Parts: sequence; structure tokens; C-alpha cells
Amino acid sequence: MLGTGILRGLKETARNVIGSFREKDRLPTVMYPEETVKTKENFRTFPFLVYDGDHAMPGLRCVSCRICEKECPPQCIFIIQERDENNKAVKHPRVFDIDFSVCMQCGICAEVCPFDAIKMDNIYELAGEDRFTGLLVDKHRLAKSNHYYHQIKPTEANEVDGRLAEDKRKAEEAAKAKAAAAAAKAAPPPTAAT
Amino acid sequence: MTLVERIDQAPLLLQRWAVSFFPALLQPWVAMLISAAAIIGVFASLFALSTLAERKGLGRIQNRPGPNRVGPFGMLQPLADGIKMLIKEDIVPLRADKVLHFLAPIALIVPSLLVYSVLPIGRNLIAMQCQLGVLLFFAIGASTELSIFMAGWGSHNKYSLLGSIRAIAQMISYELPMVLAAVTVILATSSLDTVNIVEAQAGGFWAWHAFTPWGAIALLTFFICALAESNRAPFDLPEAESELIAGHLTEYSGFKYALFFMAEYLGMMAISGMAITLFLGGWQAPLPILNFIPSWMWFFGKLACFVVLFIWIRGTLPRLRADQLMNLAWKFLLPIALLNIGLAGLWVKSSGWIAWPISVILLGLAIVGLGRLLRGSRPRGGKRIYRYAD
Repeated sequence: MLGTGILRGLKETARNVIGSFREKDRLPTVMYPEETVKTKENFRTFPFLVYDGDHAMPGLRCVSCRICEKECPPQCIFIIQERDENNKAVKHPRVFDIDFSVCMQCGICAEVCPFDAIKMDNIYELAGEDRFTGLLVDKHRLAKSNHYYHQIKPTEANEVDGRLAEDKRKAEEAAKAKAAAAAAKAAPPPTAAT
Repeated sequence: MTLVERIDQAPLLLQRWAVSFFPALLQPWVAMLISAAAIIGVFASLFALSTLAERKGLGRIQNRPGPNRVGPFGMLQPLADGIKMLIKEDIVPLRADKVLHFLAPIALIVPSLLVYSVLPIGRNLIAMQCQLGVLLFFAIGASTELSIFMAGWGSHNKYSLLGSIRAIAQMISYELPMVLAAVTVILATSSLDTVNIVEAQAGGFWAWHAFTPWGAIALLTFFICALAESNRAPFDLPEAESELIAGHLTEYSGFKYALFFMAEYLGMMAISGMAITLFLGGWQAPLPILNFIPSWMWFFGKLACFVVLFIWIRGTLPRLRADQLMNLAWKFLLPIALLNIGLAGLWVKSSGWIAWPISVILLGLAIVGLGRLLRGSRPRGGKRIYRYAD
């Protein structure tokens, strides 16, 4: 019949209007500043530095190997290695800056890091008034605890923790074996002596 | 005068009270000025309200909340819009016809407001009772076409010109079935006076013209034509943002644009008011026991229903093609309206119930037959799938 399509359409839009007050599915808008969407676990924005323990600077996992600096496609990472009083290199960064205005959030730094020291964050509210104070981030602002890492990406963080523990255990075992071997060398079995 | 009557006549009493402060010589002029000011004030604020209702309603129809930032629940949005429009730069194209470009919005807003003078808003509440009220309404309403063409021509822009040519073709085509639909009422009441037409429908909703076979069809025809006359979706081809940018509005900005926008809404409300007056009993209450509610509240209640219907339809239907638009007017609405006049004559002469079966059969045949004709060789595609439909 002529006009039934119009009536069906009107019914549909009426259902949308009434449904928008009752069903979440018919009013999916999120009122952004007041409420935010919970980001997915594999959502990533900018890198951050992971530290173990309670204190940021001593606990940094970064050994300042500068692999990330070399791999970074837009070259937004800048590292200077720490040196002790004898001018000997220390496994710690003196300067670790990331320019967020240059960073393209590719995550390559986190992929290449052999020490699991740099990971991708999920913060996105980073507007600043001026490029060089707000978005050029130093190591103090980059450092975030392992606990925080667990909060934003539990699966990935557990996997990393497991791997680190495994590495540590292997390293300890290797050290023990080495120590044992060294001890054996130092004190040869009595049978060989005679 | 009882309290109910006092509330019913409150606007009139207020006007008389204000007029009584002036010398006798000036009184008729002051009364006129007050009526005009009241019409402008009331309907301009209704315009603001309906823009808000439209934005909120369309939002809900499209699964989004609509404006909700300015004031509680976005209630002050029209105010913000108005301020924005006022402080915007008024750009006139270099090669535009300056005089026409400037005059077009004024020439549009004046007739849009003038037509309210013959609408009875309540019992005794009419700015100008005129024996040719209905004729005056359509005559003034038709002059808006000229101002739209002024806007299109004066802008010196091909989109504006195309839009205004479309607008004129559309408005002239739909003027015809609209006036023919109104003729049935004039035939039945043998009066062109809007006040008489409303009084002829007194008694209850069964006395309204919409509840006769010819009245129902005439109301439907009138409503479709009203959509087209006010350039509202689905007949918004003249503005057609996706094809013509905004038609005759393309080169307008700032408050001139706001005036066009206002004229569209004022026209929409005026034509709804006319539909209410002609077919839905004007300010009459639907049941005699409901007469304690002031007559002007009935009028504005019915007007609000019409505005909601306009918004609802805008949110539902897609824009027509130009050929569909013309086919609907000339091949469907016009024959139906002509047939309807004959049936109204039959109704008047046969004085009642015998006309019912004849009208229903004839109109049913006409609608089905013409509907088939209108569909014609429309291509048929596969079944469409909608997420929220079915």
C-alpha cells in the first residue's frame, strides 16, 4: 500500500527516540570530559620507562644501551649515558628525553628493548600550551612503576615479569654453575692429585 | 466574567488594559501595535523553542543526545545560536546585487509574520478579523517565493540560483493542491473568514473537518503540501546541502541567514496554524468538558503536535528526487485534491451519512490507482538490511 513504508520509517525513528532514554545500544554517545571509554589492553600511545621497586631513578630497568634511540624512526628519543666519577660508563641513563610532539606511537622502541625497560603507555590527554615544556618529556616524567604497567596492561606485564624472572633464574643458575666450575678448577678432585 | 473566561481572554484583557492608558485617538493604533508585537514576540520565542526541539529530537532519532552543553540540558542553546548569528561577519559577495541581496531576507520575513494576522489563536484572539482571511493567508504566503528568488538571483552564485529555481518550481507546484485542499473547507463552511471556519467546527472533535472523509484527505494533502511549501525534509531540495551547498542560503551569513532560518520556521508554524484552523477545529477543545482549558492553550498544543510531526518526518524520510517531487504534486496530489472537492460538494448537498460510503470507495480507488501510477516503472533492488530495523 502507498505510504506504508513511510509509516514503518516513522515507527523506527520513534523507537529510536524512546529507546535512547532506556537502552544503551540506542544512545552509544560517551560524554567525553565527564566519562571516558575504558581503553583496550593493547591500546597504545606514547612510551614510558618501567622501574622496579619503590624508587623511580634507582629502579629504572633502562641500562642506556641506546638501541631504542637508534631504532626510533622519527628519532624522538635522546639518551646520554651516566658516567661515574672515574668517567666510566654506568648502566643508567643520565638524560633520557622523548619528544612526544615527534613520536609517532609506533611502539618500535618497546619491541626492540632487550631489557623490557621501555613500554607503551595508554595516556592520551596530553595537550600542552607549548611544545618544549609540555611535550618534551624527561626521564623523571617518563618513569612509571611496574605496578602501573600491571594496571594498564596486565597480560603483557605478567608475561614480561615471567620472562624476567626466568632470565634471572637462568642467570643465577649459570652463575652458580660457573661458580661451581670455578671452584672445581680451583680445587681439583683429590683422585687427580695422586 | 468567570475566572475561566478571564484566563481564556487574558491576552485580550491585557491588551485592553494597556490601551486604556492612551488617548482615544491613538487607541486603535496602539491596539494594532500591541497585537503585532505580541505575535512577533510569541512566535519568535516559539521559533527558538522549536529549533531546540528539532536539534534535540533529531539527535534522539539519530541515536545521539543532541545539544546538552549550554545551560541545563542544553536549554540555552537557542540563545547561544542567536548570539553567534548576531556577532558573525555579514559577508556580501563582491559581484552580488547588493540591494536584492539585502532586501531578500526582509522581504521573506515580513510576509511570514504577516500571515499570522488572520490566524485565530484563541476565542476572540485574532489580530485582524477579515472576511477574506483564508485568501489573504495564501496570497501573502505565495509572495515568499519572490523573496527566495531575490535571494538566489541577488547572490550571483550558480548554486543559489539553481536552489531558488528549484524552490520556485516546487512551491508553485505544491501551492495548487494546497489551495485546492483548503477549498473543500471553504465549500463546506461557505466562508473565507477564519473565525467563522473555526466556529463552524464547535462542539467536539467529531465536528472537526478532519473527521469527514473529504476533510481527512484534504488534511493529508494539505500537510504534505505544507512540508513542501516550508521547504522542509523530505522536500528540502532547494536547500539540498549535499548537492547545492545550501541553495539560496549559500551566500548568506550572520543575521541575514538567521532571518531566513526564522522565516522557514515561522512559515512552518503559520501553515500548521492554518491546517489547525481549517481542519482540526482551531482553538476548540476536542471534548466540551475540556472547555475549562483556555482556548489559546488548545491552539498552541495542536501547534506543538504539528511541529513535533514536522521534526519527526524530517528525521525519518530521505530527500526526494526532483522528478519524484513533481510527480507527487501533479500526478497524485492534484487529482486527489480535485476529486476531493467534488466529494466535499456531495457531502454538503447530501447532508451527511450517505456521502461516507461513496467518498470512501472513490477516494480508496483514486489513491490506490494513482499510487500504482506513481510507482510506475520504479526499479526494484534486493532487500536492504538495516541494523535497527526489522
